[in-house]
Amino acid sequence: MNAVLKLLLEGEPLDAAQLAQVLALPQAEVDAQLAALKADGIFLGWRAVLNPSFDEDKFVRALIEVKVRPEGGFGYDHIAERISRFEQVETCYLLSGAFDLLVVVKDENLRKVASFVHERLAKIEGVQSTATCFMLRAYKESGYTVNNGRNDPDKPAVSP
Amino acid sequence: MDNSSRFTARHVSGLPKSGIRDFFAIVSQMRDAISLGIGEPDFVTPYPIREAAIQALEKGKTSYTDNRGLKLLRESISRYVEKNYNIAYNPETEIMTTIGVSEALDILLRSVLNPGDKVLYHEPCYVSYSPSVALCHAEAIPVPTSAKDNFALTVEALRAAWQPGCRVLLLNFPTNPTGGTADKTLLTQIAAFAQEKDLLVVSDEIYSELTFEGEHTSIASLPGMRERTVFLHGFSKAFAMTGFRIGYACAPAGVMEGMLKIHQYAIMCASIVSQEAAIEALTNGRDAMLHMRDKYRERRDLIVRRFNELGLKCHLPRGAFYAFPSITSTGLDSLAFAKQLLQEQKVAMVPGTAFGTSGAGFCRASFSTSYENIIKACDRIGLFLDSLKQ
Repeated sequence: MNAVLKLLLEGEPLDAAQLAQVLALPQAEVDAQLAALKADGIFLGWRAVLNPSFDEDKFVRALIEVKVRPEGGFGYDHIAERISRFEQVETCYLLSGAFDLLVVVKDENLRKVASFVHERLAKIEGVQSTATCFMLRAYKESGYTVNNGRNDPDKPAVSP
Repeated sequence: MDNSSRFTARHVSGLPKSGIRDFFAIVSQMRDAISLGIGEPDFVTPYPIREAAIQALEKGKTSYTDNRGLKLLRESISRYVEKNYNIAYNPETEIMTTIGVSEALDILLRSVLNPGDKVLYHEPCYVSYSPSVALCHAEAIPVPTSAKDNFALTVEALRAAWQPGCRVLLLNFPTNPTGGTADKTLLTQIAAFAQEKDLLVVSDEIYSELTFEGEHTSIASLPGMRERTVFLHGFSKAFAMTGFRIGYACAPAGVMEGMLKIHQYAIMCASIVSQEAAIEALTNGRDAMLHMRDKYRERRDLIVRRFNELGLKCHLPRGAFYAFPSITSTGLDSLAFAKQLLQEQKVAMVPGTAFGTSGAGFCRASFSTSYENIIKACDRIGLFLDSLKQ
């Protein structure tokens, strides 16, 4: 695996200059590898992983299970891509199982999410039904275990 | 006024304070300090191992165990040591689980040393070796090692340090704090020396899985050595289980019997919860251990490169998770360097002299920390070095 990609996947909080130090590569080479990963559609972008409770007073999140009637010739792609364009939609997956799309939506309050579901999502041609589950609490986020207000155990800062 | 220290035994009063304690006190008061002084894994114990401990509690496993440890654990240790170190030990008579290597070393020394006996050990070394010997009313005889030999022990140095009354040779490869290792050729020479002088060899192999170059060899696996070697190992470093306090000793039955006497009177047994976790570590922990080892190696390469770029000459540690750069180019001694660096740039390194006088001119930097910390710490050390030049 590309060495830069490996470090990115491990969640190392390093900028390009630091990646270059770790990998003993010129920064230009790291920049080039990042650019290539982007061009290939592998590396989509940088985003901090926050504890979802950080902004829970300002936002709610919902997971929406969507059943869809696939379009002839296009399957699920057109509908899924159309849903993905809404800015409230953080994530959209096509799944196997009892429903077709799992859509993660973030908005300011419950009413706005409800209105998105009724007025936007449900009206899209091909959407047959939706089931909305509001997220109550996160325990793990993008590979990080969420520490809900608990401190790390005391660990000596210097030890033999 | 408290003058209760008059009750303290003379040989305890005479022990020096650990050079690390002072630093711990300063760093723990300091905000935003970066510590390269941590002598334990920065990883949390892999979850399946933690879960094994949880399950042990859920099943009500809260009792004492056999003094030697759970049979299943001793059998697992036997298989692990035979497979990875090529030494066969009988789990009934030659293996005992302990509260880390620290306890194993303590009871071993207490069980074999008579007052006035002498113990050879290579320096710089883990801070407790010399005091553990002194607590047995015995004498610790340091054998210096140096950067020019990658801090490996040489037989010449051993021979020069040897004196009548030496009964034990204490080895630790890979070595804390230098990362030094010993290959089979060197160990064969040391083994011949031990046989010539009829020494009991105590081999602390706590960092052995964290060997980055070459293959780790245990001196106990060499011809004629099993019967005069005590193999000490544990779970703290390789499996990131320091807080579980669990280790083990493998020794010929005669030596083990003496150790067991002290262990059963002083300790009784290691925690059953930790023993259950240790079984899981030996059975299914290898992939997680290898992942951690790879991370340490990558961090080692980074920190050693940075130190050398900064002008702090640093050999490549072939094992453990410590870099041991020379700070002599700064004109400061180890303690002054570490103290000033901490005060001025808030980076904690441990002065080499904390690990014995032959650590003078060096400081220990643990790379058991994130890339980000290593990079920031090295940047700050660079600023500190610049300030010294002005």
